[in-house]
Amino acid sequence: MIEILQNLDMTPFILSFKLALLTTSILLVISIPLAWYLSQTKSKMKPFLEAITALPLVLPPSVLGFYILVVLSSNSFVGAFFEEMFDIKLIFNFTGLVVASCIYSLPFMVQPIQGGFESLHKNILEASYVAGKGEIETIFRVALPNIKPALLTGLIITFAHTVGEFGVILMIGGSIPGETKVASIAIYEMVEIMDYTAAHIYSAIMVLMSFLVLLSVYIFNAKQAIKIGKYHV
Amino acid sequence: MIEIDIHKKLQGAEGEMLLQINSTIEKGSFTALSGVSGSGKTTFLRILAGLEKAEGEIRVDGEIWLDSVYVKPTQQRKIGFVFQNYALFPNMSIEEHLLFVNKDKTLAKELLDITQLSALANRLPATLSGGQQQRVNLCRAMMNQPTLLLMDEPLSALDNTMRTKLQNEILTLHKRFGTTTIMVSHDPSEIYNMAERVILLDSGKVIEDGSPKEVLLKTSGSAKFSFEGKLIDIVQVDVVYIAIIAIGQQLTEIVVSHDEIKHLTIGQMVNISTKAFSPLIKLT
Repeated sequence: MIEILQNLDMTPFILSFKLALLTTSILLVISIPLAWYLSQTKSKMKPFLEAITALPLVLPPSVLGFYILVVLSSNSFVGAFFEEMFDIKLIFNFTGLVVASCIYSLPFMVQPIQGGFESLHKNILEASYVAGKGEIETIFRVALPNIKPALLTGLIITFAHTVGEFGVILMIGGSIPGETKVASIAIYEMVEIMDYTAAHIYSAIMVLMSFLVLLSVYIFNAKQAIKIGKYHV
Repeated sequence: MIEIDIHKKLQGAEGEMLLQINSTIEKGSFTALSGVSGSGKTTFLRILAGLEKAEGEIRVDGEIWLDSVYVKPTQQRKIGFVFQNYALFPNMSIEEHLLFVNKDKTLAKELLDITQLSALANRLPATLSGGQQQRVNLCRAMMNQPTLLLMDEPLSALDNTMRTKLQNEILTLHKRFGTTTIMVSHDPSEIYNMAERVILLDSGKVIEDGSPKEVLLKTSGSAKFSFEGKLIDIVQVDVVYIAIIAIGQQLTEIVVSHDEIKHLTIGQMVNISTKAFSPLIKLT
């Protein structure tokens, strides 16, 4: 048993977590302004933007993967542009996975944060404006500190969702060891070649880590609820 | 001086309604804004604060806050707004609320002293009572050293003792900082105690405007006092009947004759007045 564990190739896990960490960080930066805009706007465009943002939730990963593949390939304008200008290839490598994951996981970050912003009573934000503070200062000093549970939910679900991604990665990245062969793909391959021992170990690690992450989120949220939850406007 | 000439279409309970106010408010004065709910009081305050759009003009000491081409952003108006629902920041302690608005620690200390919050300076809103939360709300508004202080029913959710206390604190702050204050209130005694002027709104229009004495005192004829109350119950005691009437929080018993009760229904609003010793009850 110990021997098996020692010989275990951890690269797919490291790759999975690197991908999830990068995706989560990038999405956090993109989602805060987007979620804020969606929560505050009265524009007629709002339902359209919301529908586009939510699209990855309902589309089969293969459909999404296919379109991303088409758009990012060197035959397309976007793919050709990046290859010409920055010498970056966007498919069948790690960079491509990050781009695809950001699209695929976008709603998992935007929706909780938007929900959090919308749950704030508008008087709280107005109190900040009356005090002379602009929108950016209001977001960082009033809005975000008061939606910590929503923020954490967004971060964790995005992270977990990216770790658990399979279909899109298979379409965009294939299974190149050390480059695009993440944990979920590795497990799939182990099952394919009937290496059930390794598949069991990999799967067990995934289950255990996912459980611990979710558990810590719920413990944190329960503590937050005790701290400031009694105050409702 | 604040010169106001504004109008705005509102969606009221009975369809569309036009809020139309043309008035001037003296610098340093204390004005009460009263009227039934849905008459446009809160919207009027929000327009003054720049939190809501309107057509027309607002000038404050000659400076344009609103006209057909320009709307001065709320952030630059240097106002204080006391929200009815407190609207405190759940993540900030009392002291942080004040310093968020303005880094002036001396002013913060003075305000906390006036409102007796100094001992609670590090507490979060969730741990405060309603009266304490409203004080924080008030102090936060004053930290902006506002030329114009707007208060939307600041005391309506508080009990009587707390009301009186806060009324005094508000007056102290109003005088200490020379602020022009506009307060929405439904309570005649509160208005009488605090304001120099009452503007009464109905369906978006000013229907009365004057001193609290002129607008609120409604004794007519030779009546010495006159209260409006709600008829709670009528009980028969031997040959007479006793009407139990709630005037505000106070219950009173008034003797009524058999003939009089024929005109009374429990739950009705009635007017109680007296000339000398025998109180009269008449329908309102």
